[in-house]
Amino acid sequence: MITDKSIKEIHLGLRKKEFSCEELIKETYGNIEKYDSRINSAITIVDKKTVLDKARQTDNGKKEFDLLTGMPFVLKDVYVTRGIRTTCASNVLADYIPQYDATVYKKLLDLGALLIGKMNQDAWGHGGSTENTDFGPTHNPWDLKRVAGGSSGGPAAAISGRMTVFAIGEDTGGSIRNPAAWCNITGLKVTCGRVSRYGAIAYASSFDTIGPMGKSAEDCAVILERIAGKDPYDATSSPASVPKYTSFLNKPLKGRKIALPKDLLGKGLDVEIKNAILKAVNKFAEIGAEIEEVTMPIFDYGLAVYYVIAPCETSSNLARYDGIRYGFDRSKFTEETIRRIMIGTYALSAGYYDAFYRKAQKARTLFIKAYQDILSKYDAILMPVNPTPPTVIGELMSDPLQNLLADFYTVTQNPVGVPSLAVPCGFTKDKLPIGMQLIGKMFTEELLLNIGHQYQQVTEWHKQKPDIIS
Amino acid sequence: MEIHVELKTVSKMFCGCKNDPFGADKPNIYTCPVCLGLPGALPVPNRKAVEWAVLLGLALNCEIPLFSKFDRKNYFYPDLPKGYQISQYDQPFAVRGFLDITVGNEKKRIGITRVHLEEDTGKLMHATVDDPTSPSGLRGASKKVSLIDFNRSGVPLVEIVTEADIRSSEEARIFLKKLHQIIRYLEISDADMEKGSMRLEPNISVQKIQSRLNRDKIQKLPPYKVEVKNINSFSFAKKAIDFETDRHIAILETGKYPQQETRGWDEKKGVTFSQRSKEEAQDYRYFPEPDIPPIRWSKSQISNFKALIPELPDTRIARFIKEYGLSEYDATVLTEDKKTADYFEKAVKSKTIPAKTVANWIINKKADISKLSPEGLVNLIQAKTQKLPMSEKDLEEVINKVLAVNSKAVVDYKAGKESAIMFLLGQVMRQSHGRADATTTRKILENKLK
Repeated sequence: MITDKSIKEIHLGLRKKEFSCEELIKETYGNIEKYDSRINSAITIVDKKTVLDKARQTDNGKKEFDLLTGMPFVLKDVYVTRGIRTTCASNVLADYIPQYDATVYKKLLDLGALLIGKMNQDAWGHGGSTENTDFGPTHNPWDLKRVAGGSSGGPAAAISGRMTVFAIGEDTGGSIRNPAAWCNITGLKVTCGRVSRYGAIAYASSFDTIGPMGKSAEDCAVILERIAGKDPYDATSSPASVPKYTSFLNKPLKGRKIALPKDLLGKGLDVEIKNAILKAVNKFAEIGAEIEEVTMPIFDYGLAVYYVIAPCETSSNLARYDGIRYGFDRSKFTEETIRRIMIGTYALSAGYYDAFYRKAQKARTLFIKAYQDILSKYDAILMPVNPTPPTVIGELMSDPLQNLLADFYTVTQNPVGVPSLAVPCGFTKDKLPIGMQLIGKMFTEELLLNIGHQYQQVTEWHKQKPDIIS
Repeated sequence: MEIHVELKTVSKMFCGCKNDPFGADKPNIYTCPVCLGLPGALPVPNRKAVEWAVLLGLALNCEIPLFSKFDRKNYFYPDLPKGYQISQYDQPFAVRGFLDITVGNEKKRIGITRVHLEEDTGKLMHATVDDPTSPSGLRGASKKVSLIDFNRSGVPLVEIVTEADIRSSEEARIFLKKLHQIIRYLEISDADMEKGSMRLEPNISVQKIQSRLNRDKIQKLPPYKVEVKNINSFSFAKKAIDFETDRHIAILETGKYPQQETRGWDEKKGVTFSQRSKEEAQDYRYFPEPDIPPIRWSKSQISNFKALIPELPDTRIARFIKEYGLSEYDATVLTEDKKTADYFEKAVKSKTIPAKTVANWIINKKADISKLSPEGLVNLIQAKTQKLPMSEKDLEEVINKVLAVNSKAVVDYKAGKESAIMFLLGQVMRQSHGRADATTTRKILENKLK
């Protein structure tokens, strides 16, 4: 399959006319037609004929073009796309057609990348399993009974199911990394401010990050160097220059120091996941990295901090969906979304602000310090992405608290702002994917991608694809 | 007192849309995803608006904290598209200032609590429109609708809050006029009351003078206050305050306290009316705006801002008195607005006409300064005041005319009423447009009336 290849390989194939862009697009649509009725990764598929026309234009266009020209991609349905329905997986926006383009989408369009679909997710980002959606849950291509993870479950499953070459996800508390790990793909949660949020429907503004999802660290590097950078439409986007991420990929890991928080490998962590992480540790040691054990006891408070601040911000961010100017009214919000709005409204109310919001912000400062302490001595921190393998559909939805606990490893990086790369690192005996994450200092994506790429040079996990994809 | 002022920046507070809600000839033409609160849109603060808020703070003798931030004020109203207003809560751009005013002959200092920046809302219009879908099928059927115009949505708005230092409606009026004058001097807003680009909100409470100072001589405020919202003239503010103080006194004298509430002002009836009681007070759930990084100033930036403040009315009055020898009254009138004061200074620059004369011409509106350049005014004064010597023949002619039409005065004089000659002299001066020499004229008159 063409879509098994890396972005670079596909680009070269297109340039050398080994295959055409038309064939590539036909393959992705073919896979959607074949698999997506069972996977349900997409909410809206872009009209095939329109995309094929563009593909043919690419085939007949100039010989020199960008790595992403003609490359099919999908967006989590949080990104507004002019003229193309954008729902955020909520019935509130079930018929909403945006009038402008998100910055990240516009950048990809300008490069000639081809949008295939707007993908399923937990509505407004509220969830970690793509079950809190008004468009039906996304099924994990590795086991259709199970969830794909979330909230960017649709994009992850679509990459896994070869319905696209890459995707743009959005990570507020693990929303890129969690489904990446459960669908055996690679996903990057970028540093806060690295990629413009303009046009990304906000969940919790100070945690929301826009990042690439693909089949490898290398693909993520290719995408990130094209979507990162200052945007005049986003006051929180960083003016820091954008490194050429791909140029760092081949640096040897010799001398790189990786911290392993030993106390996070204990209670609550699935044994198979723990073993996969320890195997990855050995692999890193083999290729020259130094691994040292550290502790991060503050993690016990991570969920509390996240589940105060994120609902506070979401209670405000979702206030605009009143049905007056566009969309439907609030009666269309799901139970989980209503729960988060109510928690946030409560925590911000007079008399409770100090006990909840302010306290959570103070704890956030402690987390920043805890990460700084370790990252001042190490290049990266290695830990699991999920405490368990993908759950059976319905399992998490029936237990809201368990649903929150699933985010244990991924909710502290967003309040701190640091980047984190999720990389496949094994399978359970039932052949369910396992992922690890590498967390780095602010604005050191090049280093994380380098470490991830070097690991993927000596492992085959990321090249595996689900059995149903033939 | 709380005062809202719309800044006249070229673009809106958080987007590039044109900031001209009053100049727009149609509703909703100056809008974009940001000021319409569309999904995914983000605010980017207008640098000019931020600078102007700081300038106003400095002009009101405020401290400018080196750290400031925006916050979200959450509430529902159809004219507020995001469901929250971006404002400033606990760390505004300017704090702890003052403005000195003159009440009668006394100077009085009004404390400024804070100056902060926020965004204006859209505008609701309640109208009756044709309803072609009316089930009755009647031609001319109509329905009542509420329409929203977002041209004003996101217009930069500064809010100025004073300490509870104002003791009467007259003090309030004087304070507001002076504040208005300073805002106009800074050229940051038209502060046009009628258009609503400056809106006044007095907070009123009443207590007996003797209870105002307790034993420790610490001022204690009454345990209630009433806010009157959105007043659009100084005189209405004064009237609303007077109306409220009378109302409060009547209640207080029955031994009760007036209800803490928000009231509106009915300018037709000249009364206030209840809008919202304390029990219905909103909880705005303020929290820091996560879409806008906090603002940090360096000390040198603040001193640069100070250098941008033009000479303000008080300083200018003092200088006019000292430099041009004007009376306090003349200096005050000339500096009422910056344009007139600048005009005066340009006109006196040539030094061909005494400053006092120029001031007199401008104050008494002998010439239309909106149409005449300062140089033009100088030329006009010169032409009108220079005395061209009048020929004896011309003078004779004027005198003869005056004598011919004022026969009563002539008879009076001849009958011994000496003062009648002064009347005749005045008439000659007038007829000659002041060109006649008074001594010569008097001599001629005396000869003629012998």
